[in-house]
Amino acid sequence: MKNSQSSKLSDNARELGLLGFIVVLALLFQLRNPEFLTFSNLRDLLNNTAILGVLSVGMMMILLTGGIDLSIGATIAFSGMVTALTVSAYPTISPILSLAEGTLVGVVVGVIVGFLVAYCKILPIIASLGMMNIVRGLTYLVSKGKWVSAYQMSDGFKAISTGATLGISNLILIAIVIYVIFAYFLSSTRTGRYIYAVGSSPDTADVVGIPRKRILLLVYTTMGALAGLAGVLWVSRYASAQGDTAQGYEMSVIAAVVLGGVSVSGGRGKVIGIILGTILFGMLNNALPLINISPFWQQAIQGVVILLAVISNVLIKRNNDRMTLRRRAI
Amino acid sequence: MSEYVLELDHISKSFPGVKALDDVHFKLEKGQIHALMGENGAGKSTFIKIITGVYQPDSGEIRVDGKPVVIRSPLDSQKLGIAAIYQHVTCFPDLSVTENIFIGHENVSKLTRKIDWKTLHNRAGELLEKLDADFSPQTVMGSLSVAQQQIVEIAKALSTNARILIMDEPTAPLSKRETEDLYRTVETLQKNGVSVIFISHRLEDMYRLASSVTVLRDGRYIGTWGLNEVSQDDIVKAMVGREITQFFPPRHAKIDGEVLRVEKLSRTGYFKDVSFTVNKGEIVGLTGLIGAGRTEVCEAIYGVNPPDSGEIFVEGKKVWNRHASHGIKEGIGYLPEDRLKQGLVLDWQIYRNVSLASLEQFGKHGFMDEGQERKIAKTLGEKLEVKATSVHDKVSTLSGGNQQKVIVAKLLTRDMKVIILDEPTKGVDVGAKTAIYEIMNHLAEEGYGILMVSSEMPEVLGMCDRIVAMREGRVSAILDAKKTTQEEILQASMVLYQGKQEKADKQEKKSEQKVKESQP
Amino acid sequence: MSERTLEIEKPRSLKNFFFQWEWFLIALFVIINIVNSLLSPYYFTADTFLSTPMNFLDKAFLVYPMMMIIVLGNIDVSVGSIIALSSVIMAVSYNAGLSMPLAMVLCLAVSTFCGFINGFLQAKFRELSSTIITISTQIIYRGIAYIILEDKAAGKFPTWFSFLGWGYIGKVPFIMIVFIVFTILFAILIHKTRFGRQLFAMGNNSTACRYSGIKTENMLISVSTIMGFMAGITALFLTSRMGSTRPNVATGYELDVIAMVVLGGVSTSGGKGRITGPLLSIFIIGFLNYGLGLFNISAQVLLIIIGALLIVAVMLQNLRFDKSGQKSGAKHVQLKR
Repeated sequence: MKNSQSSKLSDNARELGLLGFIVVLALLFQLRNPEFLTFSNLRDLLNNTAILGVLSVGMMMILLTGGIDLSIGATIAFSGMVTALTVSAYPTISPILSLAEGTLVGVVVGVIVGFLVAYCKILPIIASLGMMNIVRGLTYLVSKGKWVSAYQMSDGFKAISTGATLGISNLILIAIVIYVIFAYFLSSTRTGRYIYAVGSSPDTADVVGIPRKRILLLVYTTMGALAGLAGVLWVSRYASAQGDTAQGYEMSVIAAVVLGGVSVSGGRGKVIGIILGTILFGMLNNALPLINISPFWQQAIQGVVILLAVISNVLIKRNNDRMTLRRRAI
Repeated sequence: MSEYVLELDHISKSFPGVKALDDVHFKLEKGQIHALMGENGAGKSTFIKIITGVYQPDSGEIRVDGKPVVIRSPLDSQKLGIAAIYQHVTCFPDLSVTENIFIGHENVSKLTRKIDWKTLHNRAGELLEKLDADFSPQTVMGSLSVAQQQIVEIAKALSTNARILIMDEPTAPLSKRETEDLYRTVETLQKNGVSVIFISHRLEDMYRLASSVTVLRDGRYIGTWGLNEVSQDDIVKAMVGREITQFFPPRHAKIDGEVLRVEKLSRTGYFKDVSFTVNKGEIVGLTGLIGAGRTEVCEAIYGVNPPDSGEIFVEGKKVWNRHASHGIKEGIGYLPEDRLKQGLVLDWQIYRNVSLASLEQFGKHGFMDEGQERKIAKTLGEKLEVKATSVHDKVSTLSGGNQQKVIVAKLLTRDMKVIILDEPTKGVDVGAKTAIYEIMNHLAEEGYGILMVSSEMPEVLGMCDRIVAMREGRVSAILDAKKTTQEEILQASMVLYQGKQEKADKQEKKSEQKVKESQP
Repeated sequence: MSERTLEIEKPRSLKNFFFQWEWFLIALFVIINIVNSLLSPYYFTADTFLSTPMNFLDKAFLVYPMMMIIVLGNIDVSVGSIIALSSVIMAVSYNAGLSMPLAMVLCLAVSTFCGFINGFLQAKFRELSSTIITISTQIIYRGIAYIILEDKAAGKFPTWFSFLGWGYIGKVPFIMIVFIVFTILFAILIHKTRFGRQLFAMGNNSTACRYSGIKTENMLISVSTIMGFMAGITALFLTSRMGSTRPNVATGYELDVIAMVVLGGVSTSGGKGRITGPLLSIFIIGFLNYGLGLFNISAQVLLIIIGALLIVAVMLQNLRFDKSGQKSGAKHVQLKR
């Protein structure tokens, strides 16, 4: 068993590296602006990152199968708008019901995307691009172009995101619960492992008898559900539901997930990785304004992060393959 | 109770146009390691596919533990305790060893649906220990070497309680040391009561492990012998001993001047220090077993997969081919091994395939002149006697032999000096084969130098002037076709049993001698 | 040896002629215009058919290069961002003192370079799909536009600049003339040249192309660079029509363009397609938009319709090509979309 120790280290090398990078970056930010490592700032950071965290779990599963989903921004907006409109019409509705409603809306969208990808053999990029527009259009339709603002929302609704339970902010609590559930699902259940298998080698999956289409449908549906949930959290937090809510947010999610070490070709990725990636990404978003970098730099930085992350993955794999060839002593 | 754990009687199997197996017998004793030998195309893989349930025999009976059985699918085969391990491992490279072994049938707690990783890792660990593996079950599959992955495959088979294990060319991708490890693993299996059918071209493997050997040739059962009853020469003779009845055109080409020379060509992981020459008007055969590196050498000369070191000379001029277009420019044409994936655009018409490697010649200033394309396709197609109605016929509708002719036509659209043919008659019927031989002969007479990769002995002896035999990535011998025999060629391609070191040294000297003799 | 002859004449089948996808598109076009005319009494005039296209022809310049990319089996979602970046740089540099003609050249140079980067990345990192590469560059290019212009607008172009998008030559809009010229150029490039032949060959079986000496990496880079250039052309006309620019222009253009190409009969698995299909689709979708405007349908509903159209179009192509079975030398060997 001599390989077990060295492989454990190399397996976790990426996550350790990320952690180290986060620590170093935090220290650098703190040097530039001592406001960074304060309790209130960190609490803000975590709250901002919570929604990103919820979404990154879903996107991780999609990337694990080798796919992609660009429609989640629209789903967030749509579910947020629908729940906000419901609350403004029926202010006494319980917040739990609002959460359920939003999640259900997301599920419907996710099922459609999943069906298109798994059973109609449409490329994920195209299926999600098309749905992105359909759902965004529906958002505008349903809202008749108007916003739903704070005064139209019940206090209970707004408290979903701004309130706290047992001393911890609701947002962070929900994010933690989601992470725990999915970390368990992905590492300890058969279906969770099938998701990895499908992405690692779809052909072998077919040979072994894994229900590939059903797994794909499940993955996109789950993403939809999480996006729907995130929609409720979003409009509750910002006390506003607009047609262009979360426009382009899918890119932030992809960036956080890719940063966390999930491979875009599928089969590789850890929940701890995306937790770190999300935190790192959230940290960048939080700290950059603090050190006087204009928010207009955010998008470009995001894109560069994604590009560098996927390219470095490729270079690492090429190096590994070269090593394997050299071992074949001719 | 039968002493035989597996028996096959009077097994025959035909496919459209070819009889793959003709009245084959086989008996596997309990706890035995039984070698199955035969050349490429002898019927071994069809035989295996029948045992593993991929094919059903046209006639004959299969018995397991003395009881007749019908194996209709791979699942049936698995239920009977039969498992197979192939040369190419199909696995989930990003998952752990344990998962690859148990995926689909993990230990799952009934209540919480939770996978019991601890038990699974332990079970996997036990299996690995039994097989003397030097890695832990948590290791990621993709980071293992091929040899280690094979051990995982064996562990997978054992986890399904396989009692009959078929190993198809398991040592082909392994190094010497890894091969030793595999031998030990197989012996451990035997100790644990597993019966093994071991397919390998390497006589060394066979002598090390097996107690009996069965030889197939051209789909027919030749015989079964105990390994103490039979010599290496006898086995080789049984594998090849056929009359060369096939027609080969008389060779009149004048051999005159060097057209291609490679010196110490190497590519890490594929071949090393390959050197030989091809002359104008000559047909040189490149033989060897699967994994010997023949195709890789051809691709290196042509430029599609350049070598890491070494030199290539065309008509004395050094060339530096980093891309197929360079090879084409230097006058090298290549008929690829996989004609469907590498040689043709199946959805396209004949004339569009013919022009594919020389598009600049069919039109001026970057435009395509389809009329000219069709004319040339017609001329070449008729010259090569392609059996089709029109140059507009889709290449997918043609037979294998005619598809090859289209690719040859593609090569002939340019001025070539050297033509490399990689298994040109693989999957081609007899009539088309003859036609291809005649084409090759004409080309040689016209002054081309031809390098032909082939696994068929009669073809190699009938068409080639000289033969370069490769073994495990190196040139093992260069032989004169007029003076050599099928047995000698096969022996040069196979890894022989090195009884004593003297014997090995003597054989080394013998091959070197032959190489010197066959230089013009 | 038997005398065997091969036919040279192209087989002409009446059935084949009528089962072309373009007939369906023509029918669609006719239906849309008939419906539109029900709402607008003076619909069938030359003016309608000449002026209406001015609204959508700027996008049309992207359709031909996108067709090439999809024929290759790839995709490009960064076109909208390339338009934004090159348009912003043009505006900013003009306002900083550069002469307008030079600013326009700069616009084209920037967009061509962006396209080149897309192609270069795809060629050097073949393991990465065009999807993820163009998603990244989409973010980066527009991000740079935001860095340059933030959330402001830039414009104040010379008055002659609006001629590009609004001007007429005689009765015909200038943009339409340029469009016709490019249509002819691309039709020739895609269907009559060696370049085009290599394009379709690669889309069908890029392995066989490699083995036949075709420089596949160069093709990738060239196609993407051409796309970049045409995005610059679109930027010129779009900016001219709007009179000013911001970093968020041309958002969502990629969706419309891909929808036009796929509706035009080009399959996303690559290797097949004829320019006439996308050409018709440009006008189908263009007049559909116009008609929806007549019906007073909002821009947002338009989003829904185009999104649905894209999905339906892909499904239709999948059905069409499913029967011809698997393509040889599967492109998905190693390379994923």
